[in-house]
Amino acid sequence: MIWRIEPKALLWAAVLVAAALVLVNLGALGAVISRSEHGATLTPADWAAARFTVTQALWSAALSVLLAIPVARALARRRFFGRGLLVVLMGAPFILPSLVAITGLLAVFGRNGLFNEALALLGIAPIRIYGLHGVVLAHVFFNLPLSVRLILQGWARVPAEHQRLSASLGFGAWARFRHIEAPMLTRVVPGALAVVFLICLTSFAVALILGGGPRATTLELAIYQAFRFDFDLGRAAILALLQAAIGAAALLILARLTLPDSGISGLDRTAPPPPGGLARLLDASSIAMAALFLLVPLTLVVLRGAPYILGLPAPVWLALWQSLKVATLSVGLLALMSAALTLAGLHRRWPEGLGMAALIASPMVIGTGLFILIHPISDPAHWALPVTAFVNAAMALPFALRALLPAARRAEADFARLSLSLGLSWRAHLRLVLWPRLRRPAGFALALGAALSLGDLGVIVLFAQTGGETLPMQMQRLMGAYRTGDAAGAALLLLIVALAGFVLVERLIGGRNADA
Amino acid sequence: MRFPSFVAGALAATALITPVQAQTPQLRVLTYDSFISDWGPGPAIEAAFEANCGCDLVFESAGDGAAMLARLLLTGERSTADVVLGLDTNLTHAAEASGLFAPHGQTPDLEVPVAWNDPLFLPYDWSWFAFVYDTTRTENVPSSFDELIASDLSIIIQDPRSSTPGLGLLMWIEAAYPERAAEIWAGLAPRIVTVTPGWSEAYGLFLEGEADMVLSYTTSPAYHAIAEDNPNYAAAGFTEGHYLQVEVAGILANSSQPDLARDFIAFMTTDGFQSAIPETNWMYPAVMPESGLNPAFDALHVPEVSLLLTAEEAATQRDGALDVWREALAQ
Repeated sequence: MIWRIEPKALLWAAVLVAAALVLVNLGALGAVISRSEHGATLTPADWAAARFTVTQALWSAALSVLLAIPVARALARRRFFGRGLLVVLMGAPFILPSLVAITGLLAVFGRNGLFNEALALLGIAPIRIYGLHGVVLAHVFFNLPLSVRLILQGWARVPAEHQRLSASLGFGAWARFRHIEAPMLTRVVPGALAVVFLICLTSFAVALILGGGPRATTLELAIYQAFRFDFDLGRAAILALLQAAIGAAALLILARLTLPDSGISGLDRTAPPPPGGLARLLDASSIAMAALFLLVPLTLVVLRGAPYILGLPAPVWLALWQSLKVATLSVGLLALMSAALTLAGLHRRWPEGLGMAALIASPMVIGTGLFILIHPISDPAHWALPVTAFVNAAMALPFALRALLPAARRAEADFARLSLSLGLSWRAHLRLVLWPRLRRPAGFALALGAALSLGDLGVIVLFAQTGGETLPMQMQRLMGAYRTGDAAGAALLLLIVALAGFVLVERLIGGRNADA
Repeated sequence: MRFPSFVAGALAATALITPVQAQTPQLRVLTYDSFISDWGPGPAIEAAFEANCGCDLVFESAGDGAAMLARLLLTGERSTADVVLGLDTNLTHAAEASGLFAPHGQTPDLEVPVAWNDPLFLPYDWSWFAFVYDTTRTENVPSSFDELIASDLSIIIQDPRSSTPGLGLLMWIEAAYPERAAEIWAGLAPRIVTVTPGWSEAYGLFLEGEADMVLSYTTSPAYHAIAEDNPNYAAAGFTEGHYLQVEVAGILANSSQPDLARDFIAFMTTDGFQSAIPETNWMYPAVMPESGLNPAFDALHVPEVSLLLTAEEAATQRDGALDVWREALAQ
């Protein structure tokens, strides 16, 4: 049902955001193509890279989401001491710079890691983490928290009436799953799968390091090679097109799979108490396993950095300030972009599609393309802050829309008729009906944007000059100068700041009980 | 239309509010990231050069040496840089072919283990590639590639497609065993724990204990001895010789400050520059500074044979060597 008096300005804002995204993607790609000297063809090695990229991304997406379902269900229906803190901490892997996360994972699963030490005590031969399974393990480590949060929001949208009804009808676990949970999951899971798939599609350092060598060459690494090793922009562009085509195909398949939200509606009421017995045991073990998997590597990152954090050299603290500036600007941009696309996307498909494909043209190509565009006109160093903030916001946009759009459409389906019959203006509908229901997902989306921006080491590297370093850059430089201790301290600082930024933004926007 | 007009408009607007250039002339040096880091040679060198030049020395950074060359080729004659610092002999052929460089005109007495007479590129530091290990952890240290292959030691190397040392190892094996490269790589494959995109990831993983040895430089142990007071790291000496990395700088023909650029290149082989190198870049200086080297450098392994392909050989053999590498490691 269309909300008849949707303001024109809103649609224009969405069109503007969409145009900016399309221009950045096509402009960057076009700039790279325009500078290439000859055409390029794909080699067998490129196709091997494409196959490996898709294989690892499919496995990573499927496992992340599959494992997230029981964890999200357990967190959705149980209340226990420290639950809020656990939910926040469990989200941390997603916002860690990949190198820090790899260090944490290797401290557990590496050659001298805790896991192999435990196996040795039991007299079992050590495991080797390097290979496709290592890549998938790392991607699940990054993306399980995100998948849990996205699915958790799906659970939060199951009308409490349905749960009460199922409880009073004496539904067993299977009936409850079939009639209540499965319909919700079929609406949430495809989106979560697509988001994780798109993230893993552009993986490069994680895939190479944990993949153990050139077998684990992804398309993003091939693009990097084309730029840096062969200096063949034509090759870089054709590889980027192939990568974008895979991403677009994934989004199209998703669009076909996603069902429209059904007419089932409810009034926000409290849920009945959760089932006990076996379900209780299952929930407890799901939470415990996920917490163990996510928090042990994280704890090792903390322990490693703790001795160095207070003695960090001054340039690191200055970089923290620069990072905060980038993140603030980025969150502002993300808020504007996601608000426009969400509201315009209430009854349309295209804003969602464009937002999900926000950075489909490969981070490496976007960065280089923007550099080619800006360099002849102005010193790229002046542009480090706005360009990084914009690219970071675009990077977070797919996650933001995954969190916001289903909630917004649900609220619209439930209350649009009521608002219409009460004669509420669009503005009042937004303030009284939509906003209270979007606050929580909006808090989550922007918090994620803030944390991602704080931890990102992407385009800034191409643009920054002395004095403009961000925290992840300084961490990288400490490592490059042999100072692994200080680098571990900087990683811990980054973790603390990203988590604090996440919690702060989520509470500020989402309200006190934002992490439900 | 090459640029979307609104982008062009926005760019023009920003150009207007950019502060007017100061009166002091600016010398812009394009270099790699770790050179200008607060822990690299950049800050000391900037202070030393600015003390006499009456100019403002500005560093532009771009990833590592290869990324820097890519940036230079991307900007071509519109590059804003006057000097490019941090190429090595694997890159100079492509740099020379770009036609963007002008002769440096310097003839200093260089202390580099190979004869040097390149008119475009002048060395400022150098070291040998080597496998570094922890002497308290690793016994039976191999003294050749064949011994390494026959051992049960684990190593971490860097990807030649994305890392300068990674490419260095490719060239090392090409130079030492022109006929046996495929065989050497196939033998090394089971010894390789993993391949990282860059030097810092590999070295970090090695320090975490993920492997017995890591591809780095013969001068790497000096860092641990001097900065950490830890004498327990050493480089394994290989009898077939070690491949050299010579880092060089050159003047861009399109420089708007050609005199300052020449002054900088001349300054590069003097004490003000060279004394900063050993204990920030952890390489050997191209000209020994008056103060000499920290005694910790005396304890380092000094290879008897230095291997180095000419820039031209390196350029022509690179792609074939990469195929051999990929083939051997993808098994």
